[in-house]
Amino acid sequence: MDSTHSNPMSLCSQADSQRTLYPYVTGTSVIGVKYKDGILMAADMGGSYGSTLRYKSVERMKPIGKHSLLGASGEISDFQEILRYLDELILYDNMWDDGNSLGPKEVHSYLTRVMYNRRNKFNPLWNSLVLGGVKNGQKYLGTVSMIGVHFEDNHVATGFGNHLARPILRDEWHEDLSFEDGVKLLEKCMRVLLYRDRSAVNKLQIAKITEEGVTISQPYSLKTFWGFSAFQNPTVGAEGSW
Amino acid sequence: MSSIGTGYDLSVTTFSPDGRVFQIEYAAKAVDNSGTVIGIKCKDGIVLGVEKLIASKMMLPGSNRRIHSVHRHSGMAVAGLAADGRQIVARAKAEATNYQSVYGEAIPVKELAERVASYVHLCTLYWWLRPFGCGVILGGYDRDGPQLYMVEPSGVSYRYFGAAIGKGRQAAKTEIEKLKLSEMSCRQGVIEVAKIIYGVHDEAKDKAFELEMSWVCEESNRQHQKVPDDLLEEAKAAAKAALEEMDAD
Repeated sequence: MDSTHSNPMSLCSQADSQRTLYPYVTGTSVIGVKYKDGILMAADMGGSYGSTLRYKSVERMKPIGKHSLLGASGEISDFQEILRYLDELILYDNMWDDGNSLGPKEVHSYLTRVMYNRRNKFNPLWNSLVLGGVKNGQKYLGTVSMIGVHFEDNHVATGFGNHLARPILRDEWHEDLSFEDGVKLLEKCMRVLLYRDRSAVNKLQIAKITEEGVTISQPYSLKTFWGFSAFQNPTVGAEGSW
Repeated sequence: MSSIGTGYDLSVTTFSPDGRVFQIEYAAKAVDNSGTVIGIKCKDGIVLGVEKLIASKMMLPGSNRRIHSVHRHSGMAVAGLAADGRQIVARAKAEATNYQSVYGEAIPVKELAERVASYVHLCTLYWWLRPFGCGVILGGYDRDGPQLYMVEPSGVSYRYFGAAIGKGRQAAKTEIEKLKLSEMSCRQGVIEVAKIIYGVHDEAKDKAFELEMSWVCEESNRQHQKVPDDLLEEAKAAAKAALEEMDAD
C-alpha cells in the first residue's frame, strides 16, 4: 500500500508478524446524525484495495441486537471480526432470557473496551466505528476509533467525514430533524464526500434506527454535476498540452 | 431393582463383579428424585416442560430457571442437582459458540448432543471427579428438522421422539406413548405437555410446583424460547380442567 512503510520482516520476529500493521481492504467515511425518531446513518458501499476501488457492494452498516446500528470504516475484515464478537455478545445476552437486552450505550462501551485493549497490545482492529441506537425512548450516538478514542455527540463521522461532513453538520444540524430533512442533510454531506474523497463510490445506503427497529435502505446513487465552465476545455492555457 | 454394592461402590473407577459401576447408578438416583422433566418432538418442533418443585414460598415465581437456551436454535431442560446442571449448560453453550466460530453455522443438534454426552461421560472416568448428578433433555431445530436427545449421568445419549426423566417419568412416558406426536403441532403439544405434567404431579408428596415450558418450532421461527405467556396460560387452564375431569370420575 503505502510505500513509506519500511519492510516489516527486517524489524520484527515471528510473533510480531501476527500483528496488524496496515489495512488492506478499507471502507471510507460513515456519517451519523440524531434526528426526531432516532438515528440516521449513511455510508457508501465501497471497499478499496489501496487506490483501487475494488469492491462496490460492501455493506458497512449492520444492525446489532434489537436496539443498535453499527457503521464502520477502515479494514473490512476487522469489521467482520467485530461483527462476530458482537454476535456472540448479543447471543449470550439473549440466552439470559431475563427481559433485558443490551442497548446502544452498553454496546458502545463494549466496543470501546475491545478497541482500546487491542491498541494497547499494538494489534489494533483497524476501524473507526459509529454506533447509534434507541432504547426506551433514549437516543444514543457514539463513535470509537482504532486507538480507543470514544465519545458521543449529536452528529459523528469517521475519516474524511470528520473534515468534510462535520462542518456542514455543525452549521445545519438541529434538534428534532424530520426524517426527510435528516436524509437530505446526510445526502448533502455524502455528495461532498463523493466529490472530494477519492475512495468514495457513488453507491450508498442510508440506515435508520428508531424504537421500532432498524431499516437499511436499498443501495442508490447521488446525482452529481460536472458541468462547470472550468471543466470545458480544461487544457486551454496549459503549456504544451493539446 | 436396588442392590447394595458393598465395597464396589466407593469409586467411579471401580466395576462390580457383575459389571456395574455403582457410582453412576447412584448419580442416576439423584435424577430420579427430582421434579419431572418432559420433552416431545412434534410435527413442526420440540416442546420441553419442567415440573419445577417449589422448595419455599419465599421464592420469586420465574426464578431458578430449569430450561436454558444453548444457542438460538436449541435449548436444554435439566433434572437433578441444579448446580451440576448449570455446569452442563455452560459447557453446552461454550461448545455451541465454539462450533459457530469455527464452522460459521449453528451447531447441528446431533453434534451438540454428542459433545454434551462425552463431557458428561468424561466425569465418569476419573476417581478425582464425580459423575454429574443430572440428566438433560436437549431439543433443537437444525437443517435436518426438529430433534430431541436425552443425556443421562452415565454419558449415554439417545435420540427420542418423547422422553421423560425425574419423579413422574414412568407415568409421563405412558402418557407420551398415547399421543400421536407425528400429527401434532407444537401448539397442541404445549397443551399436552402441560396436561401430562399436571397429571404426574403428586399432590400428596410435593406441595407446590411451577410449570416451565419452552419450544423450538416453526411458530417461534426455529428459535428456542419460552412458550409465550398467553399460550402458557391456556395450557395451564386446559391441564387443570383435565385434572378436574379425572377427579370427577
